[in-house]
Amino acid sequence: MATYLEFIQQNEERDGVRFSWNVWPSSRLEATRMVVPLACLLTPLKERLDLPPVQYEPVLCSRPTCKAVLNPLCQVDYRAKLWACNFCFQRNQFPPAYAGISEVNQPAELMPQFSTVEYIVQRGPQTPLIFLYVVDTCLEEEDLQALKESLQMSLSLLPADALVGLITFGRMVQVHELSCEGISKSYVFRGTKDLTAKQIQDMLGLSRPAVPTQQGRPLQTSEQPVISSRFLQPVHKIDMNLTDLLGELQRDPWPVTQGKRPLRSTGVALSIAVGLLEGTFPNTGARIMLFTGGPPTQGPGMVVGDELKTPIRSWHDIEKDNARFMKKATKHYETLANRTAANGHCIDIYACALDQTGLLEMKCCANLTGGHMVMGDSFNTSLFKQTFQRVFNKGFNGEFRMAFGANLDVKTSRELKIAGAIGPCISLNAKGPCVSENELGIGGTSQWKICSLDPSTTLAIYFEVVNQHNAPIPQGGRGAVQFVTQYQHSSTQKRIRVTTIARNWADAQTQLQHIEAAFDQEAAAVLMARLGVYRAESEEGPDVLRWLDRQLIRLCQKFGQYTKDDPNSFRLSESFSLYPQFMFHLRRSPFLQVFNNSPDESSYYRHHFARQDLTQSLIMIQPILYAYSFHGPPEPVLLDSSSILPDRILLMDTFFQIVIYLGETIAQWQKAGYQDMPEYENFKHLLQAPLDDAQEILQTRFPMPRYIHTEHGGSQARFLLSKVNPSQTHNNLYAWGQESGAPILTDDVSLQVFMDHLKKLAVSSAS
Amino acid sequence: MSQQGYVAAPPYSQAQPGIGGCSAGFGPPNSSLHYGHYGDPNSSYSAPQPGVSKSTVPFGSSAPVGPPPPGTHQFSQTNFQNGPSTPGQQPHRFQGPPPPSNTGSSYPPYSHQSQPAYPNTASTSSATQLANQLNSMQINSYGPGTAPSPRMSSGHPASLQGPQLMPPTQQQMSLPPGSQVPPPANTVNGLCAQPSLPPMARQDGIPGPVPPNPNLQQLPGQPPGPGYHPQQANYGTQMAGSQLSYPGAFPGGPAQLPGPQQKKLDPDSIPSPIQVIENDKASRGGQIYATNTRGQVPPLVTTDCIIQDQGHASPRYIRCTTYCFPSSSDMAKQARIPLAAVIQPFAIVPPNETPLYVVNHGETGPIRCNRCKAYMCPFMQFIEGGRRYQCGFCSCVNDVPPFFFQHLDHIGRRVDHYERPELSLGSYEYVATLDYCRNNKPPKPPAYIFMIDVSYRNINSGLVKLICDELKTLLDKLPREEQEESSAIRVGFVTYNKVLHFFNVKSSLAQPQMMVVSDVGEVFVPLLDGFLVNFQESRSVVINLLDQIPEMFADTNESETIFAPVIQAGMEALKAAECAGKLFIFHSSLPTAEAPGKLRNRDDKKLLNTDKEKTLFQPQVNSYEALARDCVANGCCVNLFLFPNQYVDVASVGLVTMYTGGTLYKYNNFQVSLSDSNFLSDLRKDIEKTTGFDAIMRVRTSTGFRATDFFGAIYMNNTTDVEMAAVDCDKAVTVEFKHDDKLNEDSGALIQCAVLYTSISGQRRLRIHNIGLNCSSQLADVYKTCETDALINFFAKSAFKAILSQPLKIVREILVNQTAHMLACYRKNCASPSAVSQLILPDAMKVLPVYMNCLLKSCVLVARPEIPTDERAYQRQLVTSMGVADTQLFFYPQLLPLHSLDLKSDSVPAAVRCSEERLSEGGAFLLADGLRVFLWLGVSAPPELIQGLFNVPSFAHISTEATSLPDLDNPFSKKLKSILEHIQSQKPYTMKLIIVKQREQSEMLFRQFLVEDKSIYGGASYVDFLCCVHKEICQLLS
Repeated sequence: MATYLEFIQQNEERDGVRFSWNVWPSSRLEATRMVVPLACLLTPLKERLDLPPVQYEPVLCSRPTCKAVLNPLCQVDYRAKLWACNFCFQRNQFPPAYAGISEVNQPAELMPQFSTVEYIVQRGPQTPLIFLYVVDTCLEEEDLQALKESLQMSLSLLPADALVGLITFGRMVQVHELSCEGISKSYVFRGTKDLTAKQIQDMLGLSRPAVPTQQGRPLQTSEQPVISSRFLQPVHKIDMNLTDLLGELQRDPWPVTQGKRPLRSTGVALSIAVGLLEGTFPNTGARIMLFTGGPPTQGPGMVVGDELKTPIRSWHDIEKDNARFMKKATKHYETLANRTAANGHCIDIYACALDQTGLLEMKCCANLTGGHMVMGDSFNTSLFKQTFQRVFNKGFNGEFRMAFGANLDVKTSRELKIAGAIGPCISLNAKGPCVSENELGIGGTSQWKICSLDPSTTLAIYFEVVNQHNAPIPQGGRGAVQFVTQYQHSSTQKRIRVTTIARNWADAQTQLQHIEAAFDQEAAAVLMARLGVYRAESEEGPDVLRWLDRQLIRLCQKFGQYTKDDPNSFRLSESFSLYPQFMFHLRRSPFLQVFNNSPDESSYYRHHFARQDLTQSLIMIQPILYAYSFHGPPEPVLLDSSSILPDRILLMDTFFQIVIYLGETIAQWQKAGYQDMPEYENFKHLLQAPLDDAQEILQTRFPMPRYIHTEHGGSQARFLLSKVNPSQTHNNLYAWGQESGAPILTDDVSLQVFMDHLKKLAVSSAS
Repeated sequence: MSQQGYVAAPPYSQAQPGIGGCSAGFGPPNSSLHYGHYGDPNSSYSAPQPGVSKSTVPFGSSAPVGPPPPGTHQFSQTNFQNGPSTPGQQPHRFQGPPPPSNTGSSYPPYSHQSQPAYPNTASTSSATQLANQLNSMQINSYGPGTAPSPRMSSGHPASLQGPQLMPPTQQQMSLPPGSQVPPPANTVNGLCAQPSLPPMARQDGIPGPVPPNPNLQQLPGQPPGPGYHPQQANYGTQMAGSQLSYPGAFPGGPAQLPGPQQKKLDPDSIPSPIQVIENDKASRGGQIYATNTRGQVPPLVTTDCIIQDQGHASPRYIRCTTYCFPSSSDMAKQARIPLAAVIQPFAIVPPNETPLYVVNHGETGPIRCNRCKAYMCPFMQFIEGGRRYQCGFCSCVNDVPPFFFQHLDHIGRRVDHYERPELSLGSYEYVATLDYCRNNKPPKPPAYIFMIDVSYRNINSGLVKLICDELKTLLDKLPREEQEESSAIRVGFVTYNKVLHFFNVKSSLAQPQMMVVSDVGEVFVPLLDGFLVNFQESRSVVINLLDQIPEMFADTNESETIFAPVIQAGMEALKAAECAGKLFIFHSSLPTAEAPGKLRNRDDKKLLNTDKEKTLFQPQVNSYEALARDCVANGCCVNLFLFPNQYVDVASVGLVTMYTGGTLYKYNNFQVSLSDSNFLSDLRKDIEKTTGFDAIMRVRTSTGFRATDFFGAIYMNNTTDVEMAAVDCDKAVTVEFKHDDKLNEDSGALIQCAVLYTSISGQRRLRIHNIGLNCSSQLADVYKTCETDALINFFAKSAFKAILSQPLKIVREILVNQTAHMLACYRKNCASPSAVSQLILPDAMKVLPVYMNCLLKSCVLVARPEIPTDERAYQRQLVTSMGVADTQLFFYPQLLPLHSLDLKSDSVPAAVRCSEERLSEGGAFLLADGLRVFLWLGVSAPPELIQGLFNVPSFAHISTEATSLPDLDNPFSKKLKSILEHIQSQKPYTMKLIIVKQREQSEMLFRQFLVEDKSIYGGASYVDFLCCVHKEICQLLS
């Protein structure tokens, strides 16, 4: 273990876990002085090529309040066939199947390299995956056509035995029956009336046949699944039918008069979708996939009225408390999201429209259930088409990159308590001794439900060191955390993944340098950012920024080396060196800044930020910039206006956008057509290189980023200019007196100014 | 003058004395016999009587009170009464008629003579009328195209060309007035009436049987001698033959053979509806009836004639209970004759009559009186050289709009009088402007929505398949405007059981789409585009759908149905499509599924004859009424086809149909193989019917009286606007009028009925019917111009409405009471004084008692546990929207002898009276009431007839199961078919054929329709009722 960097990487590789601190301060007091909380980013289903699942049940600690899983950290008495739980110290008998256990004959879960083990368990009936399409028909003809094609195409991507259903909505909501021949049949609901799950099931004829209504109807009494199968059918059976049905989908036929928005009953449609699954397939993996092309305009969950002259709410309206429908709509969708989550289903939102579609109100549907949220301009864009296609991507082992109904259980050793989690999950309200009273994120529980997750879904989990200052930790003692994730694999198997990690304790007073060195500034930045974004959801933006600033200053004060009141003396060790820069970019990011973003966009960005893994999150915080020029191979350059040079091609990846920017000269060359001349083939290659690289990113990213190809002076160049550090602006352009770089027309502070202030405040004795 | 009409009677009176004497002699025995005779009837009659009894003492007791001898005296006097004028005039009177009677046999002259009668009745106007005619002839020459025959009113060449007989009549008409021929109709009627009286008198006095009958039949005309004949002459010679048996019987009977042992009153001697009908047919049938005179009484509904609109609406559109209104309300109260008009605004006119002209004034719209808003019509008087006109209704003087200005001719009539339908015709249409449209938007063509109950029963019975198959062909026959190629009507389809299924049949779809709405609590329309389609465009999809519907639900086991949400859905669909339309609902069971309008079986026989019986006719839940209101507000007419095999609560489910101007069809115990032809033919007719949609009717009257009450398949939001979601050719609204003030005898009583509606092509139009009635301060005038058929229509409707709020007993009492009252009033005021016990019937109301008795016997007014509640509610509803012709047939069915068919002629045989006595073992009869048609076969009916009709060798082989007759190639069969066809034509419902064999069980049902007999349900026989009424009258007079 050469460096902490390697250690961190290795741990991430193996366990999908990154801690902000990899050596833990041993007392509560010290821990709080560390400013950045002890926390980790957990990717529960991190893809492990080298981890074949084992085909048996995990061995659990017998203490009812513990139930930790046998792991390499446990002490094992091979002779007595006993093992001691490393969390509660309960001594447990091995089950009979482990009779042959010995030092040389260890089960996988006891081997140190298997700190993460995946179990396949046989429990309960296996139900196929369910995909319920909820499709908006108030679209432009072209959009609808594109959407229809995408949906038709998706049928071929679904697992053959998956159940699929279709709900369409506009002014009315239609639940399509898929089993009928000759005539397409659908159940129609009023778009303005919210119905309870029971009503919905009654109206769809799904209620379990009550005793009194049974006489003379032998057909329907047979089997529950038979009934619901009218709406949810195995793909392989109704493939053709559904393709035709989708093909015949018409635009919502209700006339929309001039100056009006089409009446769109998204709220009721979702409610019906949720109700349909709730009654028929509770606690099985199911995706409700909502495709909408505009804001809900009627019924429960309406976001804006149908008058076009009243625009949809903006941040300005929200601040002024002018968003009439927001609270009610949000409440509606929250209720739905909670119901959905309780049933273990998830809701995806694919919203494609030029204007807002009400993602702000609907975001909880995706956020709480682990569903996807995709925002695009139109269904007729590759952004949507490919993103949608990618939902059904398969992993290296040919399995869908989706899992359902995960239940994450976190166990900690006694010195630690769980403060909360931030990510696409809901609390299961599992109180226990290891649950802290101080909540960070979704707290008050040691278990969370993640209704849908994929290999990159990442939760931030926050801990609290509760060891008292005066209660020393035995030398060489290690704190341990166990993550037990039970989930439904895409193959419908039930699986349990168990990750047990341990870190050393260190006394912050004597061994601060150890702790310091083991600081993972990347993880810390993301963890702090998640906290910040989480707070931003409920607090005013400036408060959050102020809080972040204070935290940063305190961190610098704690770990910086400086002489008081001398900003120039300020130094940060290597393990902290990038952290302020991350914070600088985070402050500017759309996750915290709503200026120039619609509420929908903010919700969209925050949604992704709260679920992506560390690498992606970092890209979101601080976009990556590559430069291509004749001067050398492509190289990463500073995200700074000084990097914008005339003879460079820049490739910026902000996660949401891929921007290729041709410098002024390059653009002129291209216009002149040099790339087509054989003697300038190298120019052609230069032009091609960023395209290829971009393609590579585009291939793997979910959701598919917006792809922008622009040049110096192009209108789309704003995407680049708004991200780079404005080291040169119209204010200081001549002061700098350099020709390189491009001035950014902004009053934002640059990183340099930010750092200067930071230093000044950090060293100030006043604070 | 007017009284002279009655004078004709005297000759009679001379003949009568003998009779009087006779009866006098038999007086005492009669009373005792009476008891005996009525012993039975009394008991059966007792039900109605308690109510009546206040005035009418049971026969037994009354008989002694009304001393028989006077009665007999009366008899003789009756004749005088009818002709109140002094005997001295008689000879003079007499002279008139005889000549015609002698020449009688030649038909044409008589026909002319019937015409002159009118001027006479309106004696004051006879002179002016003559002038008018002359004028009109002159004007003819003004006409643009100088018609080849100058006599034709060329102003409306089209209208007049049809009936070419017209000119001659006009000529003729001018002549008779000069000759002062006595008014025939009245006198004749008077005479006819009298024959009927004697029996009554005799009944009082003479219980004796009718031994004379045989004698009389041999020599019918003889006894009355010369006095009698002239009367007949007035009827027209043709009558003579048929009349023989009837009048002959009467005078002869009492006069010659006063057998004390007589037990039964001779039915032949009491006024015969058949006789009246035939008389009218004979005198006016086949002729041209021109509506050129105010207050003229039209021919009976049963009489075929050609009606020519000359300023008053055709009786096909409006029929009044009396054509002369009493001039003051006191008079009206005294007479108690309902003043009412039965308006059938969309009545079908036969092809040989001119259809309505459409007047289009472009954007200015119809010309209306500024004050009362009456539409321009012949009653408007142009003054000041044509610059202004005075409204005939409110007398307001209005300016003539410049574009409408026209000069007046020398008699003050506009030069373009005959060029403008609104100036010269009683009925015409206006093209309405946007002001008359909903939301000021031009209406869209109406839509028909077919809503089929696909619950288990209907699927299982094959009904759904039947309907679907039939619709495939029917949809090609949707009504269209004559000038258009295809129908503008759009169609939509819904099926339902516990939930609703809508179908998208947009032409661009490869296959129909079904949309299920299960939110029946708050039903809504799931789609707009593609629901209502043009059949021609969406043909393949619709056919596909109709093919699939029976299969789709083939394995259904849903037995519960909803109903109110179905209507609601249809209404919402029309509302969403912004058009009016009709729903065709095919329903079969009580809607018991959990939904609005859910019904329970509340049929409770215990309620019969209690104060709560009326609830059976009221809807079970209130929601139906609200639904009806919404439907009307949205122009949604509901046609309901019911196929019940048990109680379905017609009173509730039929309510919306009734209020929206829809038609209710009911097929009990429907079986596809047996009863489908009836249903299909009803459906076909209904779909093809000409209908006005989203209609609103307003009846305006001249000052002094106004419309106060409306009966029909209508909805009223306020007291004046009659709203009808749709109104078709068979729907009639009966309007009752009351006095506000005194009526002016000169200006008469004018009525204008305007119906604003949307035509089948989606054009907004106004249909205007104008009719002018006379006014008189003489009650006799009023009685003279009464129309019994219209009266019965009115009584039926008002009684059927009254049962919603009053116990049946009271309603029946009121009817009897009013009958008696009207007759008593006549007796008191119009007839010359006579003994109280004499029954005197005004000529025009001669058959009122028999008809009234039929009404009283109608199952709606008779509470018997054997009669299904649904059937009563159903009939109540049917009658409420019936026109005069329909009620006439419904209450007094037509009984036709078949054994004596003249196979060579085209004519329908003469009907006989509805009494068992008319049947004969050796005969076969057809009885039709508009809903059913019975084929009754006597046990010894001629085998060749049986062979001819049924293709079976003998009576025993005939199956009574059949619901139709085989099509056989023989004269019997063909003749019968043609008769059936004839009866069926113009009838709104396809009559169900029931074959009845004498002395078989099914004969019981048949007997109920022999309305002159005592009914098995306790209704009195004609004779008994007549006596009862007589008692009542006596009571009133004493």
